[in-house]
Amino acid sequence: MAVQGEIVDKAAAMVAGPIAAADWLVIAPVVLPIIAGAVLLMIRHSIRWHAVLALAVLVAMVGANGLLLQRVLATGTVSMTMGSWLPPFGISFTADVLGAAFSLTASVVALVCCAYSLRDIDANGRRYGFYPFLLLMMAGVSGAFLTGDMFNLYVWFEVFLISSFGLLILGSDKAQIDGATKYAILNLVGTTLFLIATGYLYGTFGTLNMADLATQVRQIGEAAPLMTLATLYLLAFGMKAAAFPLNFWLPASYHTPPVITGALFGGLLTKVGIYALLRTLVMIFAAERLVLAGLIGWVAVATMLIGALGALAQSDIRRIAGFLVISGVGIMLAGIALGSDAGLSGAIFYALHSMLALSALYLLGGLMRQRGGSFSLHSLSGLYGASPLLAALAFIISLAVAGLPPGSGLWPKVMLVRASLDIGAWQIAAAILLSGFLATIALGRVFILAFWRVEASGDKTAAAGAMSVSGCCALAVLVLAMLAMGVLPEPFIRISTAAASGLLDASAYVHAVFPAGSGS
Amino acid sequence: MEAVFAILVGLFFAAGIYLMLSRHIIRILLGVVLFGNAVNLLIFTNGRIIREVPPIIAEGLDVPAGAVANPLPQALILTAIVISFCFFCFLLVLAYRAYQEIGTDDTDSMRVAEPVDDGLPPMGY
Repeated sequence: MAVQGEIVDKAAAMVAGPIAAADWLVIAPVVLPIIAGAVLLMIRHSIRWHAVLALAVLVAMVGANGLLLQRVLATGTVSMTMGSWLPPFGISFTADVLGAAFSLTASVVALVCCAYSLRDIDANGRRYGFYPFLLLMMAGVSGAFLTGDMFNLYVWFEVFLISSFGLLILGSDKAQIDGATKYAILNLVGTTLFLIATGYLYGTFGTLNMADLATQVRQIGEAAPLMTLATLYLLAFGMKAAAFPLNFWLPASYHTPPVITGALFGGLLTKVGIYALLRTLVMIFAAERLVLAGLIGWVAVATMLIGALGALAQSDIRRIAGFLVISGVGIMLAGIALGSDAGLSGAIFYALHSMLALSALYLLGGLMRQRGGSFSLHSLSGLYGASPLLAALAFIISLAVAGLPPGSGLWPKVMLVRASLDIGAWQIAAAILLSGFLATIALGRVFILAFWRVEASGDKTAAAGAMSVSGCCALAVLVLAMLAMGVLPEPFIRISTAAASGLLDASAYVHAVFPAGSGS
Repeated sequence: MEAVFAILVGLFFAAGIYLMLSRHIIRILLGVVLFGNAVNLLIFTNGRIIREVPPIIAEGLDVPAGAVANPLPQALILTAIVISFCFFCFLLVLAYRAYQEIGTDDTDSMRVAEPVDDGLPPMGY
């Protein structure tokens, strides 16, 4: 233990004063959905209350996350340790700019998806617990973004993983069960690898508190197997984030459930893997990341190109979106490979953009299905004439996902390309530009075939219907947010830069957890 | 004692990974169980294996007098066992449902979500 061999003041291990009311804000985004999820399970037979309650709780979550981000930006990292134990003995929840910004964006996406689901999820889906699963998954995602403890991070991973299994098989048709089997086994292996690394981590350091780890890793010396730990974390979180060559579970499963589930997964879950990579490799194992940078760089290049090429070869909109999720993961990995201030801010900005844009792409697929009766490019046609509004939304979403102005994908890619050219990593810059070009072709083809083509050659089996108002409003909100990111990028760049510098120099994070500056 | 456990953990990992490389879901699941238990034993070994001394700090001392087993990893394992057990139950049911629906437990022929003859998207119109 950290305090071994010294005189310890046992009374100091208990926090003397009560916790200030404002500090409870740190766990509010986790507590709200857990309690609401439990309540929904208790009233599982009164399904008409489910959607209303879930919507209200998600609004409250967005509010709590907004206040938290505002507080973190104003006063610096906020930390709270459970059970009145002093860190590193208690489990800390620590919100820095990175965690708060990710958590806020994730809750916005969840709120929008919940609004979209009002018509999409039928009574059967509600009876089998779509809304409790949604809220518990959000609890896991927010917990992962806000926790300051490695083992606690593992627990939150499992919380959102088991909820995502529930969402994935809701409806249980053949394709869903097939996709869920692959998703479940590979993700379980991924989190087990995470647990192996965490076991070794505790054996090496005797602590699991991230701030404590960030301090001790600089003092522990050469003998510790830090390289093994960093590589295991890269493998585990790379699997979670669907980085090449560990990406095959994603396109096998994300297109099988209702689009709303695909939108939640594609928007949020891979970003949790990226977040965990940022936390472990950049903040804790900074020196080891430098050694792995070349490998991560080539993995990023391969992930970007495999994703974009895969998107080109698909005819189902949801599968195109799945491959574009993978391509985006490569772009964020490129920022981690660069490791510079500019590269990391680019990656963080891209993650915020990608949560909105990929969810929007899945939701767009859902609306196209409602209007045109199919997900397949073989039978979709004439949507431009049928719904100019949907065509406008689709156009902006395509620009944003491909990284063209005025969409939100442009600025993070500019930051990343410039950061990679600054250090002479031409292959990363070339891959970012090439994958953007391929994504433009893939989405341009969707637009040409589904919107501009007058009549499809294939037979139209499903009947076309009207789009749901809640779905259109939800998608419009996401599109407006993406336009705001693209047209007025300054506040987002400022937040991303603050988040990146908080990772590169962990002293503010450590100081928030150990106010005395002792750090054990 | 720790050395014996280290070898045992290695064997568990080897057997688990070997089974997970199989094409059949049921073998993969058995591999997943062995893999999960290997991790539990790994963390258990991490916290020293000493049966004789209870991990209790004597009156007037701030740290235990001799070497004792660290109880924290054992608490971590309890959490991990509960989680991996519920995941395994879920996976068993999922695998059985997959066998009912798709009629095979051979992963090579589970191609419902990704059909073999998917074809290319339309090249023009």
